[in-house]
Amino acid sequence: MKAAVLVFPGSNCDRDCKVAVEVTTEAQVSMVWHQDTSLPAGLDLIVVPGGFSYGDYLRCGAMASLSPVMAEVVKAAQRGVSVVGICNGFQILCEAGLLPGALMRNAGLKYVCKPIELTIENRNTRFTSAYGDKASVWMTQGNGDGNFFADAETLKAIEDNNQVVFRYVENPNGSVNNIAGIMNAEGNVLGMMPHPDRAFEPALGSADGAPLFHSLMRVLQAA
Amino acid sequence: MKATVHIFLKAGVLDVQGKAVEGALNGLAGTAGWSDVANVRVGKVLEFDLKSTDKPSAEAEVKSMCEKLLANTVIESYRIEVA
Repeated sequence: MKAAVLVFPGSNCDRDCKVAVEVTTEAQVSMVWHQDTSLPAGLDLIVVPGGFSYGDYLRCGAMASLSPVMAEVVKAAQRGVSVVGICNGFQILCEAGLLPGALMRNAGLKYVCKPIELTIENRNTRFTSAYGDKASVWMTQGNGDGNFFADAETLKAIEDNNQVVFRYVENPNGSVNNIAGIMNAEGNVLGMMPHPDRAFEPALGSADGAPLFHSLMRVLQAA
Repeated sequence: MKATVHIFLKAGVLDVQGKAVEGALNGLAGTAGWSDVANVRVGKVLEFDLKSTDKPSAEAEVKSMCEKLLANTVIESYRIEVA
């Protein structure tokens, strides 16, 4: 497997993501600077990491979504390459129009930083097939703007198409329908606020993020 | 020309900051009497200079900036002033 992790000024989970992908999939992972105008050839996975790109100025993810490299990520996504956006990465993918909806300030106005329990809402995706019938999983949450919002029409479309991948067991931030992670209609772009990259081996408190990356490996092995 | 852009969360999108400020103003009512404050919205204002001297084209330019970067029209609405 060949993977790339994007690096924006203010990303702080880029190296965590690299290690998570390397440890769980033995993939070759390149770090791609946001000013780059091309991606490495033959990528199977692009990870848009968490952090505070551009200091969260204006709106979280807004300026990063217009970085030169993002034009290439949009093209790669349209070709069917798997894209995973975690936390700030989810915000960037929404701002870039690769995912529907937007992430707003947490309803409690507080930064939420804690382990969090999620249900897997769709097990037939390239991101979740390795979870088997596990009822719920634990990852960690760490954000101030994780409150997922979409208007009623968009929300209905997301739900009807089974695009909700993860839901919170206890809603920490006011997200509509307890949504923690969604994918695009084509099923190759995933955005989620909780961090699988901070929960991929028992030493981190949970290894429940690992099957997400194993799932992506499975897709390749089956192909 | 000078452009001013006002950005607010759309009506119907919960403005949690506005609610918190409203609660604080209401809570101060005992001392200052602001219990009648309602519907507080917190937004942002951007000001910048444009080289253009033509108002309609400047407005169109600022509108395009709003659609592309300054506002997220999924959750926000904007108002432009060019003078």
